[in-house]
Parts: sequence; C-alpha cells; structure tokens
Amino acid sequence: MNIHEYQAKELFKLYGIPVPAGRAAQTDAQAASIAEEIGGSKWVIKAQIHSGGRGKAGGVRLASSLDEARSIADEMIGSRLITGQTGPAGRLVHRVLVEKASDIDREFYLAVVIDRGRRCIKLIASAEGGMDIEEVARQAPNSIVIEEVDPAVGLLDFQCRKVAAAIGLDRGLLPGAVRIMKRLYRCMRDKDALMAEINPLAIVGGGELVALDGKMNFDGNALYRLPDISEFRDFDEEDPKEVEATAHGLNYIALDGQVGCIVNGAGLAMATMDAIVLHGGRPANFLDVGGGASPEKVGNAFRIVLQDPNVRAILINIFAGINRCDWIASGIVQAMRDQKIQIPIVVRLAGTNVEQGRDILNESKFPFIIGHDLDDASAKAVASLEGALA
Amino acid sequence: MSIFLTEQSRVIFQGFTGQHASFHAEEALRIGTKLVGGVTPGKGGGAHLGLPVFNSVSDAVSATGADVSGIFAPPQYAADAIMEAIEAGIGVIVVIADGIPVHDMVRIHRYRQGRDCLIIGPNTPGIITPAVGKVGIMPSHIYTPGRIGIVSRSGTLNYEAVAQMSALGLGQSSSIGIGGDPVNGTDFTTVLDAFEQDANTDAVVMIGEIGGPHEVDAALWAREHMRKPVIGFVAGVSAPPGRRMGHAGAIISSHADTATAKMDAMQELGVHVVRRPSDIGAKVAEVLALQKPAATV
Repeated sequence: MNIHEYQAKELFKLYGIPVPAGRAAQTDAQAASIAEEIGGSKWVIKAQIHSGGRGKAGGVRLASSLDEARSIADEMIGSRLITGQTGPAGRLVHRVLVEKASDIDREFYLAVVIDRGRRCIKLIASAEGGMDIEEVARQAPNSIVIEEVDPAVGLLDFQCRKVAAAIGLDRGLLPGAVRIMKRLYRCMRDKDALMAEINPLAIVGGGELVALDGKMNFDGNALYRLPDISEFRDFDEEDPKEVEATAHGLNYIALDGQVGCIVNGAGLAMATMDAIVLHGGRPANFLDVGGGASPEKVGNAFRIVLQDPNVRAILINIFAGINRCDWIASGIVQAMRDQKIQIPIVVRLAGTNVEQGRDILNESKFPFIIGHDLDDASAKAVASLEGALA
Repeated sequence: MSIFLTEQSRVIFQGFTGQHASFHAEEALRIGTKLVGGVTPGKGGGAHLGLPVFNSVSDAVSATGADVSGIFAPPQYAADAIMEAIEAGIGVIVVIADGIPVHDMVRIHRYRQGRDCLIIGPNTPGIITPAVGKVGIMPSHIYTPGRIGIVSRSGTLNYEAVAQMSALGLGQSSSIGIGGDPVNGTDFTTVLDAFEQDANTDAVVMIGEIGGPHEVDAALWAREHMRKPVIGFVAGVSAPPGRRMGHAGAIISSHADTATAKMDAMQELGVHVVRRPSDIGAKVAEVLALQKPAATV
C-alpha cells in the first residue's frame, strides 16, 4: 500500500526525522494560510499523488508570495497531473503539500528496503540524491552503498557511520546522519514497510540534514496489526473496480485490452494473459477468483469485468483444485441470465468436477465457446473479437 | 526416491483440527500420506480423524517421530507456528498460509540460521510426491508417478504444467510449490539442488513469475552445478510494472523483474526456456528426447 508524501513526512516527524515545516492543503485558501503560518518568503507547493516524477511534470513549484502560493495551489488542486508513471490519463490532485523552501547545499539518497534475494532488510545510500535510484544504479553504480541489517540486533551505529562516510558526509554531520538512518530503519520495521525512502536527504541552510521528500510503501498483509497506517489509505488513488473486487474477495487489476479474464490462481491468471498476447490480443484485466469460488463470487467477477467498457469478449480459465468446476459453471450460467451478457464467452474448465461443469454449460443452451486447453481457449477468445467488433 | 516428502517421512499438521486442515488431512490420508498426528494448542490428548492431537510440536515430535509439518494456521499465527516447528527440530516445514507479513518472514529467516530445516512456502499449494503422499492443498488426482521434478511459485500454473505433462505420459517424481510471496522460505536453487541429487529425477521443470531475482539466480547456479536439464517458464510477460499481480511477490520493480528479462537471462544460462505457457509439457518431452542417448548409458 502506497501513501502520500505528506503522510510519510508525518511518520518521519513522529520518529524524529527532520522534515521542512509544512502541511497539506485541500483548498487554495488553506494553502495560503499554511504558507503564512509557516512564515518566510519562499515556499514549495507539491502536488500529492501516488506517483514519482512529479517535479518534471510540473507538480512541484516554488512560490515567492502568499498570492503566488494561493494561485499555484488553485491551479494544482482539481487538475490532472501526468507524470512518467501515471499513464496518459494522469492523476487527479486532491491536495498539495505547502512547505518552507530550503536552500540546498547537497543532496543524498537514503532508503531502507526489503532485499528479496537475500531475505533481509538493507540500508541503501548514495551521494547522487534527487535522482531515481534505478537511474543511479545504471549511471553510477559505484556511488551506491549498501549495508545489510541483522534483524536480531537492528541497524547498528557503526554501520551508519560507515555508510555516512562512504557517501561523503562531513564529520560534523555524522551524528545527525546516524540518527536519521536508525530512525528510518525503526520506522520501516515498526510499521511493516516494504520500503522507506528519503530522496533527497539534503544539507540545507549550511549544515542541517533534512528529509526533503519521503516515500513509503507498506505490506498489505500486515495492515491488520497497523490501524494507524491503514488510515493513510487513499481510495481516490485506486481504481474503484479494484476496490470493489477486493471487497468481494477477488483480485482484480484493470488493464487496457479487450479480452476480459476470469481465472483461478495468480500464476495461471498471468499465464492466461500472456497466452492472449501471444495470440495477438490484449487482456482487459487480471482477475483471480481464488480458491473455493462460489457461484455468487463468479457472478461478482463477471460484474466487475463488465464494468470496463473496453471488454469485447471474456475468457474464463479454471484449473480447479480446491475449486469446483460445477460451482464455477453454475456461476457462469447464472451471470449470463442475470446480467444479460451478449459478448462472446470462452470457457475452459479443467480439474475437480469438470464433467458436471461441462454438463451445466451444455444444458444452459447459452452459446458458450468451449476451449479445450489453455492454448485453444486463448486463441478462440482472441478470434471471437473479430465477430464481436463487427 | 523423490525429494522432501519420501516414503520415510512422518507428517504432522499444525492447526490440525481446523476445518481447512481437516479437509486436506483427509485427502492426504486417502492417498496414503503417512500422517501421524497433529497439533492444536489446548486440544492435546484428544484424537482427530483417528490420529493423536498434541498441544505442542515438540510433544508431537517426541511421541510420533514426525519430521515433516504442514502448517495450516492462519497468517497472523503462522510465523509463531513456523518458529515452533523449527525449535522442535522438524526438517521440512510446509506453510500453506497466504498473507504472512514480509517482516515476519525476514525474522524467521534469521531465526533458522544455523539450524537444519527447510521452509517450503508460504503461500504455496505444498509438496506432493505421487504414490507416496502430499502435504498441501493440490488436487492429487492430476499427478502421476514419474521422473520429472517440478518446482513453481504459482499453484494453479503448477497444475496446468502437470496436466500437460501427465497428458503426454510424463509423470512427476516430486512437485514443490515454493510460494508466491516476496520473501519465501526456500528458493528455486535449493529445490534444483535436491532434484539434481535425487536418483529418481531425470529433468526439472521450473516455473517462475515476475518479481525478484530467484529464477535467474537458480539458472546461474544450475549452469555450474547441474547435469540434469532444466525446463523453464516465467509468467507475466503481459503484466504492467509496479502492480502486484495477485501474489504478494509478483510485482515488477525493475527491468530485471520482468518475465522477458528473466526468460532471456535463463536461456542464456542454458535453461530450456518455453515462451508459451501451453507448451510446457511438449517442451519437456522434446528435451527428454534429446537427452535419451546420454541417459541410457
């Protein structure tokens, strides 16, 4: 689960990591009054959306007067910000973060992340602050410093000192840097984050370390024990179809093709999408109905897939283990009736109770296109688009 | 014969008396799995499905000699159950739960350092050795005894590949699901190593997906250490970056995480890569046919 920059900075503050004075605003008037309250003569106005690359897209701007702060906020709030990560539709900006502008001397990169390969937590730092770390890894891999953390004892002072020295922090800044690294680690570990990033960590005003930007990503599987983090969830940043699917115990991700997919299991669902692409089509979505799917759940899957106006055909691919093909088939037939579905429906059933499932489909008299295996089903789903588009 | 679950294995289930565990315990018993009891804290001393119930894993181990455990506890309690099994000396721990926090797995990885145990999963259908038994939730009727090892992150894609193989008369020595989570207990390399040493396995099918470095790490390892052929597929060529595709671990965070990059790298390292998910069975047959002359020596 992603959160906004202003929320990450609230957490940083709680953990004693220095951040610029500032607050989030939902209106231009609020933005101006926050700027006035902070004081000074220069402010940064930052669009709050779940995406990187905001600076290049015009989502981070400098204001030199309260009027300017107000007018920038007015322009940003309610507009759609298109970054390299949002896709062409961009994201609607609901809030801006108003912060005191800083005089930056130098910028660094600092993050605490899960290393999947080594199954550990690691601290990453670089002297190349302000850049995307993947970009740094390509252009200046030697500037990246990594320190693994032993979860039994946590991140240790000497490790932090080593990292701080390696990225070229002066001796005078070492104690502050060590504190920030340890606090970032503690915040990441306490809150079950998969990633906590400060980019840039800047030296401002001649000798103070401040987190100018913050990004955190949390483990959805740990939210049950983190009520405070759960409150950070912003449904405006999510596809409503995906939110509804989750409520029904379905795993759905909207894509931009025309073949709707209803599959059991994440791996088979991905392979089904891949097979559609190999046959020259494009999947409209990823959808995993999970195990033990009832006819009602299958009906909900149809409803969610069909909310996407681009869907011109649906491919159902079920390899039933703890699922039952007869339940799935009943769900399909029920959905055809209830939802008056007119587009081609390709069905491939295999595994538990497959005979009963096929009988239910046959007896229904609906014109299902039967796929005999994964290849056959995906080929037929793509071929069916021709007729559907005519 | 086979790996991790053999004729000698003595199996217990943790969270034994729950509805989910009971269903799968009955299935396991039906196909001959040597299930010798189970653990449900507070219900020790009783019986369930005709087998003894214990309060703790160490009680179960001393009474039954169990060396394999299937953990059916829900994700919030699974980490504790895993560490209890490690402490009790269980050699193979199969974790079915989907939804264990990543930080719990990081701590478990640290906890088991220096101890001789394997953690299979979490978020796995489990292990099956056809004609011997299963610890898991897979549909056992699709598996047939044979000489192909299979290891996968996904459950249903494992079933798909197995069905393709079984249809061509290619049975399995063992099937291992390493699970769909970002930090799991056992990686592909460990399983490849076990299959390489297993006298009853001729070739290994490795099925990966987007996210993480383990497929390519395993291919690198296989090039240096394996004589048996490895057939590989990676799901998610069509997956968009930055989105979690159902499995917590199936997310593209960098170029190396993509299915295409992984399959290219695996192919470069000598894995027999299948690009079409429907061709996995056929590819296994093709590779075996190529191996035949050498195998008969």
